[in-house]
Amino acid sequence: MTTHKGLRITHYALLLALMLAGLLTASVSAQGPTPTDDEVNAIAKQLFCPVCENTPLDVCPTEACRQWRDLIRLKLAEGWTEDQIKQYFVDNYGARVLSEPPRTGFNWLVYIVPPVLIGIGALILFTAFRSWRRLDAELAEADAGSGKEEASNDEYVARLEEELRQRD
Amino acid sequence: MIADFGFGVLVVTFLITLYSVGAALYGELGKKPAFVESARRAQLLTFPLITVSALALIYLLVNNDFEIEYVYSVTSRSMPFYLKVTALWGGQPGSLLFWGWLLSAFTSAVTLRKWDRDREFLPWVIIVSSVTLAFFLSMNVFFENPFARMFWNSAGEFTRAMFLPAGGTPVPLQADGRGLNPLLRHPGMIIHPPMLYLGFVSYVIPFAFAIAALVTGRSDDRWIRLTRRWSLWAWLFLSFGLLLGGRWAYDVLGWGGYWGWDPVEIAAFMPWLTGTAFLHSVMIQEKRGMLKQWNMILIILTYSLVIFGTFLTRSGVLSSVHAFAQSAVGPMFFSFIGVTFITSMALLFWRWSELRAETEMKSMLSREALFLLNNLLFISVLIVCFSGVISPLISELATGQKITVGPPFYERANAPLFAILMLLMGIAPLSAWGLTSAENMGRINKPVLGGILAVPVVLFGIFWNQVNTALGGLTITVIVLAVILIILGFIYMFRRAVWQAAVVATLVTALAAFTYTHDIIALTGFFLIALTLAATLREFWRATRARQHTRQENFFTALWRLVGRNRRRYGGYLIHISMMLMAIGILGIEIFQMETQGTLEIGQSLTLGNYNIEYKEVANWDDLPKGVNYTRAVVSVTENGQYLGDLTPRKDYYYDSQQGMTIPGQYSTLKDDLYVLLVDWEPISQTGATLKIYVNPLVNWLWIGGLIFFVGIIIAAWPDKDPALAPVHAAKRVPQTSAAD
Repeated sequence: MTTHKGLRITHYALLLALMLAGLLTASVSAQGPTPTDDEVNAIAKQLFCPVCENTPLDVCPTEACRQWRDLIRLKLAEGWTEDQIKQYFVDNYGARVLSEPPRTGFNWLVYIVPPVLIGIGALILFTAFRSWRRLDAELAEADAGSGKEEASNDEYVARLEEELRQRD
Repeated sequence: MIADFGFGVLVVTFLITLYSVGAALYGELGKKPAFVESARRAQLLTFPLITVSALALIYLLVNNDFEIEYVYSVTSRSMPFYLKVTALWGGQPGSLLFWGWLLSAFTSAVTLRKWDRDREFLPWVIIVSSVTLAFFLSMNVFFENPFARMFWNSAGEFTRAMFLPAGGTPVPLQADGRGLNPLLRHPGMIIHPPMLYLGFVSYVIPFAFAIAALVTGRSDDRWIRLTRRWSLWAWLFLSFGLLLGGRWAYDVLGWGGYWGWDPVEIAAFMPWLTGTAFLHSVMIQEKRGMLKQWNMILIILTYSLVIFGTFLTRSGVLSSVHAFAQSAVGPMFFSFIGVTFITSMALLFWRWSELRAETEMKSMLSREALFLLNNLLFISVLIVCFSGVISPLISELATGQKITVGPPFYERANAPLFAILMLLMGIAPLSAWGLTSAENMGRINKPVLGGILAVPVVLFGIFWNQVNTALGGLTITVIVLAVILIILGFIYMFRRAVWQAAVVATLVTALAAFTYTHDIIALTGFFLIALTLAATLREFWRATRARQHTRQENFFTALWRLVGRNRRRYGGYLIHISMMLMAIGILGIEIFQMETQGTLEIGQSLTLGNYNIEYKEVANWDDLPKGVNYTRAVVSVTENGQYLGDLTPRKDYYYDSQQGMTIPGQYSTLKDDLYVLLVDWEPISQTGATLKIYVNPLVNWLWIGGLIFFVGIIIAAWPDKDPALAPVHAAKRVPQTSAAD
């Protein structure tokens, strides 16, 4: 009987403590300045909701995205930082909410593959240039004694160029 | 009845297309020209037949035949006549039919040309284009039938079919349709898809000729000369499709921008990149007989990316790889891309040794060398875009996790690549074909070497910046410095040709630094734009003056005739000018865009930059005949205290499709765009509203550049009086002067 009464008292005490905590939180929140729309959008701009594909959260007109923006406002009012809020959405909805994949594990490929491929392309081009120039040097040697004049394939262009040279 | 007729014609067309492929193949391999001729006539028949089928569908759309599932899903009684017609490409089955229709128009047109000189190409052009057409028609006939009706099958599930399934019952006739997605009711969206599709299908023709050249072993540039204008028109349509898409996004999507690096946008952008590289590199083949293999690779890539782009948007793969697997058309598209790509590349490798260059590269300072660098940059942008689009799919397949690759990824990687492309646009036309010495351009020495060495620094910078944004500030500085080094190196190399332009660009940049911005990226951009504009305009100026001097013509006559005599060259220059104007707009919105948002009561105001908007009223009403609910706010705009007028941002809600759209109020000048959005109003009160304002500096130069681009490409693509008289000797050399086409 005593135990039962004790439990009941504990329940009341817990309830009271929760209400007090709630009040305190509310008063703390009320003390902070209300986040502006611009502060909310600055974070929302970097997030994508899983439903509205490829539409940043700050401009998405759906009701779900409006609720997400309200949540950001709430978190900002509670004093959360930008990184904490972004992490909160990642924890709850996965990495796809971020505008770029996090630099971990498999995602590294997104960042490494393009520069490597571009580098290979540049290397191929450079090698090709070198081989062409080598061949060209041989051709130039062969042509050196012939004294051939190059002919234009377009009389008008040749004439125009001649005029331009005279002017220069 | 009409639906049955339309579907029947579609099936017959599909069979005729298959016959066309078979007859052309049999005629060519069996040396029976009569069969090739029969195949040609069969292909010619596809256009009128698909026209009949498309008209049947349009008839059903216009007459609200809601028995047909496609009509029910994309139209409603309240839609105006013209929108019911454009609903032809408002959904998947109709879009595929429209694609096939346009393709048949192009393939039929190409069979009508005189084939006397190039008879050996004919069967293979027919085969390639008919195989592509047959593929698209098969999608309509077997998977996405636009004429299908709605039924409940024996299991009580909804199904689409031409005829009543066994044990099924027809779905009761619907009183009204679901209506077209409101976002598709904008004039930009009415023209945008046909433009993109025209661009897409036009590239099938140069590809067909390229394959024909490979199969027949023609190693000259005949296929390029035959398809030069096809390629230019394809590029025109694709470019305009992209531009119109940007304008549509700006006017309708309500997010203050024109380009969001959305995978659907990138799907259309990728063939444009290879198409643009192709346009430049074919000039090298025509002038110098080089890069034959590379041009083949580019046109094969362009064709594959056209089909890939259609696959991305039509298969549902962007939503999820699982959606792709479940969709009927996804696996078919995937297989088609794989088969055509592998076959084309196999053909290319078979002919690889026969496609060697007729001449060799003369110098790293020659125009062909710069064009090759241009190609590398376009392909680099393609690599970034392709990686960005497929990474989420690969990630989902490999790890089960979806990721988002958004604008920051693309912007960071592509910005330095575009900067160097802009530089090349200014400098490459001033260089000469086959330049052998540095005499005209200055000797290579330390500054030049510095510029060249900066290229790997940029690549490394891009890489490092991608890897670690924590050092973003530092790496961006490294990239900017490297880009500046490259610019200086190139200017030094080409100092004789560009020194005047460089002086102008320096003055413009200094002016911008004193009056407008201290942002180093913006100043670099302004320098490049001014340099390229000045260098290109100088080309017009000095050539016109030269002509004026020798022909005793007045300036405008000399300019007109100069451009008329070499349309491709000066049309190209005009396109470069238009690109620079577009770059002004892009730079403005990307770097200087400002935004703010606030909830206002009537009479309250919001300030951004020099602008102030005062919220005056909001009204909400129904337009029942149109089935639309409008909410319109009125705000008055002042700039530095001076009243400019009222703007009316609004939200439209379409009852039939149960979708809304946000239409901005815009105040546009050459200086900037004030862009006001009505974000919200109902939850607040009848008198309050949440408004969002953007100031988009210089953005209108993007659209002005678009118009000049159009003029430029029309000039470049305008047919010659007698194309047969055009110079055709690729291997002939041209003088070492600063301009040759």
